[in-house]
Amino acid sequence: MLTKRIIPCLDVDKGRVVKGVSFVDLRDAGDPAELASLYDREGADELVFLDITASADARAIMVEMVQRVSERLFIPFTVGGGLRSIEDIRQVLKAGADKASLNTAAVQDPALVREAARSFGGANIVVAIDARRVHGGSSVQAGDPSLALGTDSRWEVYTHGGRRPTGTDAVKWAMRVAELGAGEILLTSMDCDGHAQGYDLELTRAVAEAVPVPVIASGGAGTLEHLRQALVEGKADAVLAASIFHYGQYRISEAKAYLHQHGIPVRPVAVHGAA
Amino acid sequence: MTHCRVAVIDYGAGNLRSVTKALEAVGGQPSLTSDPQEIQGAQAVLLPGVGACDAAMEALKERGLTGAVRRAILSGTPFFGVCLGLQLLFEASEEGAARCLGIFRGQVRRFSHELKVPHMGWNQVHFDEHHPVFADVPQDSYFYFVHSYYADPGESSLVVGTTSYGAEFCSAVAWGNLIATQFHPEKSGAVGLQLYRNFLTFAEKTNALREQYPQ
Repeated sequence: MLTKRIIPCLDVDKGRVVKGVSFVDLRDAGDPAELASLYDREGADELVFLDITASADARAIMVEMVQRVSERLFIPFTVGGGLRSIEDIRQVLKAGADKASLNTAAVQDPALVREAARSFGGANIVVAIDARRVHGGSSVQAGDPSLALGTDSRWEVYTHGGRRPTGTDAVKWAMRVAELGAGEILLTSMDCDGHAQGYDLELTRAVAEAVPVPVIASGGAGTLEHLRQALVEGKADAVLAASIFHYGQYRISEAKAYLHQHGIPVRPVAVHGAA
Repeated sequence: MTHCRVAVIDYGAGNLRSVTKALEAVGGQPSLTSDPQEIQGAQAVLLPGVGACDAAMEALKERGLTGAVRRAILSGTPFFGVCLGLQLLFEASEEGAARCLGIFRGQVRRFSHELKVPHMGWNQVHFDEHHPVFADVPQDSYFYFVHSYYADPGESSLVVGTTSYGAEFCSAVAWGNLIATQFHPEKSGAVGLQLYRNFLTFAEKTNALREQYPQ
């Protein structure tokens, strides 16, 4: 049976992981390759690296980081943050990333999603969507009128790290990127992110039911029950979380044991030292 | 530790680095190549696969590689196909109009529209424990999959691994010195690396026999 995936997300600034991992002694808690390898041993099913560097030379640093990670990591990993062109995507995939994640660039130029899916295979292209609940209309007009917020719209797409509204309906946008060939959607609730009060289950479910591709729920995990809710009530295929794992609140193995007890299929954490 | 040289066929498809790094991690010596001569003379060949069927067949043809791949397989060179590298071995795919390599009878079909597609993530493989490539791998281990199409072999004797997604499908085939998996061993953690380690051991033993008894 296909298992539900647990995906730790690592924020990277200038090739270093920020928001350190505190639950083990690492020689270098900011080294992406070392942390990746640790999470692999811990039983993570996949990893996401999000580049938050806001500078022009970020790409070269990121590519070098991806190369180092790929030498030691033998589970899938996604790289996102600041990818703007086919060439950017090519560089991170060639460096060893399995999937490239597009966000702002996809909203600005949806044709990029189609071209990327054609060039590299849709399964390797993730579209990240940052969504926020609508409170009475948007201040901006959608780039594509057919995706504009309507009276029944409940979530709006934001870009530029969740700072800029787009006037675009998040569920319609998710359906569009799946049509364009994206193989997966990484869905973040900007309302819930950072509050540790649980995922936006309605948003997650609305998108998961609307699209034919897998959906990763993101934003708001504070307890193991939140993970279960996103997978069951939210109907997500995978859950992304950062702080609950990084700060040692829970181990991946505890999360998997909890989900398993509640009847959710997960990949068992391998016993190490045997091989 | 083996030092088996593995020709990893480079036909312009995405992430080959994870395949070469995984082979290196288990002591192999991978080299990326699109040279038909090198492929035919290799100690072992790995056909990776990312992207769409038609594009892959076109890329192989452009580089004059379809003949080299067929000859490597038919002459008994130890051969490993991964993901699309399994699908291409069959006659045709619902994904495209192009003919595939046609080594084996059978079609490549799309998963039901009732399911989330791609089939993406970790799923169990129930495998033939007698096949050497699965040595020291626990039965029903989880491997990493990412694909929208699956092979439906014309001959059931080819099937050495099955997986369930909606229905049961063929997730590994073997024939002579060839093995091919729908999942990605290079992305499947320790059990995946074990598969590559087993393949290198198998290739070395096979090559020793081939030297002893040349055709």
